[in-house]
Amino acid sequence: MSAVQEASTAPVIDAVPKKALSLGPMASIVVLALLIATPLFVKNFFIFQMTMWLIYAIAVLALNILTGASGQFSLGQSAFYAIGAYTSAILIEHGNVNYILTLPVAGLVCFIAGFLFGLPALRLSGIYLALATFALAVAMPQLLKLGVFEHWTGGVQGLVVTKPEAPEIFATLGLKVSQDMWLYYFTLVVSIMIYVFSVNLLKSRSGRAMMAIRDNEIAASAMGVDVSLYKTLAFGVSAGITGVAGGLGGIAVQFVAPDGYTIQLAVALFLGMVVGGVGWLPGSLAGAAFIVFVPNIAEHISKGLSGAVFGVILIMIIFLVPHGARQIAYGAQSLIGKLRKN
Amino acid sequence: MELFTNQVLAGIATGAIYACMALAVVMIYQAIDHLNFAQGEMAMFSTFLAWQMMQWGVPYWGAFVLTLAFSFLGGILIERLLFKPLAKAPVLTHVAGFIALFAIINSVAGLLWDFTIKQFPSPFGSSPFLGSQLISTHQAGMIGVTLVLLILLFGFFRYTRVGLAMRAAASMPESARLVGINTGWMIALGWGMAAAIGSIAGMLIAPVVFLEPNMMGGVLIYGFAAAVVGGLSSPLGAVCGGFLVGVFENLVGTYIPGVGNELKLPIALALIITVLVVKPNGLFGRAIVKRV
Repeated sequence: MSAVQEASTAPVIDAVPKKALSLGPMASIVVLALLIATPLFVKNFFIFQMTMWLIYAIAVLALNILTGASGQFSLGQSAFYAIGAYTSAILIEHGNVNYILTLPVAGLVCFIAGFLFGLPALRLSGIYLALATFALAVAMPQLLKLGVFEHWTGGVQGLVVTKPEAPEIFATLGLKVSQDMWLYYFTLVVSIMIYVFSVNLLKSRSGRAMMAIRDNEIAASAMGVDVSLYKTLAFGVSAGITGVAGGLGGIAVQFVAPDGYTIQLAVALFLGMVVGGVGWLPGSLAGAAFIVFVPNIAEHISKGLSGAVFGVILIMIIFLVPHGARQIAYGAQSLIGKLRKN
Repeated sequence: MELFTNQVLAGIATGAIYACMALAVVMIYQAIDHLNFAQGEMAMFSTFLAWQMMQWGVPYWGAFVLTLAFSFLGGILIERLLFKPLAKAPVLTHVAGFIALFAIINSVAGLLWDFTIKQFPSPFGSSPFLGSQLISTHQAGMIGVTLVLLILLFGFFRYTRVGLAMRAAASMPESARLVGINTGWMIALGWGMAAAIGSIAGMLIAPVVFLEPNMMGGVLIYGFAAAVVGGLSSPLGAVCGGFLVGVFENLVGTYIPGVGNELKLPIALALIITVLVVKPNGLFGRAIVKRV
């Protein structure tokens, strides 16, 4: 309860060295090759799960930019995900817009929403910001159910989204590409674009400004960083990327409804970020894998106690690797380094 | 005018629930400097323990005291087993730990006692209080218990050595260690007390919302909100925040057309954000001056 606290002793997360933001070239190529090749050998349902995995990875990546880079905490990502999903769904179903074109719109709408939400959030930090974003996440499903928007949103029922067909060109080339497979590769391309964009953003002047704010806000402003601008910008970019993920998610699931975007989604994305390693962008893939596949595994182990099994797995992970997948990757890297020397 | 008074009274009655939970939230915040997301589930589990003991024939007050003791020990146990080993991990990892705890307790309670709604007795009865139809004796008793708890906590933190040591350990662990406070055990003690207060809240709330594994979901959100509105550093603020949120929620539901039950929660939360934007440390919280 003391009135004075050391400002410098408690950054939200540990500083992450800048070069550690992305994977090295070799590792990137291996991961990419695996992502491209795997769907050729597995069943359609598993391809669908992999699509969802990539989509969640984008959303976790977005949260990583907000928390990992600018040090702001959010439990409200599900709200932006919902806005993105609804934007895409409404454009496709009511406006007959091509699904590819709806994604940039979803991103833009969410960017604006996030930027606007970032303005009042400027005055809040830590727990208080967590609560404010939490409120946003709780309020969103209720707002989507409102009668005023029912004509567009379909109210409680939600909207059914048509699943896109693979382009004709594959058929003329004599290749058989299923809808699931096409959607997977489409998502993969979008993910890669967003990943490259994010890595470059964080390496740029803006990214450095965000990280300076994360590490010490007062020092950053003394160095001439416009703290308010970059904090709201981080919110906007994060929300925009989440919106694209939401749009893709709506298309992949073929259905948007208010109850799909509750606080549980926001919590899941948060867990994904922690498991993947806060501030380490490639960790988003590992984190998303955790939130897509671990609940299934838990269900397999015990139906009645699936929640408990999930919790135990989560505790095991944070006990063994408190810094998430980042810690494993670093460990592996130094191990390989040692082996090479010998 | 009568409608107004009635709604305010009803608001105070629900506010007592939030105030109770907010007290537990502030308690743990004092000890560990975090909000415990699993607090509601811990309280729910304690309440189920009390219910189980009563099923086995233990009288109410016996079960009450035993539950308090078990919850206190349980809180300490959770701290020792789960969060002490994580002491050096980043803050966000702790939050993930809370979420894991939430999932485990909820799922285990569901398995042990299933998801059907159960009646929980009230020690105060449920007849109308002083002839008013809006507040039952149980709700009046709940307000009374909350206020007594508040006074006890206030005295504990201000006048006892242990209470002062806990505050010191929470706000400046480094300096507290230097003057000989065992900060590790202070944290454990904080967990124990928070769990015990939570169990009281649970046992008081259960007769109103009925007992089931998910009973605390909504209550905890309001409890957090109340604690934050009042200021996380002040038990008095938490209780006032609880009543404020309860009354406001009721008035908004009555007087603003088109709000109804569905939008009550978002509007209450919007109020909280507004309060925070104007007063970032809550209504009763002290401003924290940062030393560079």
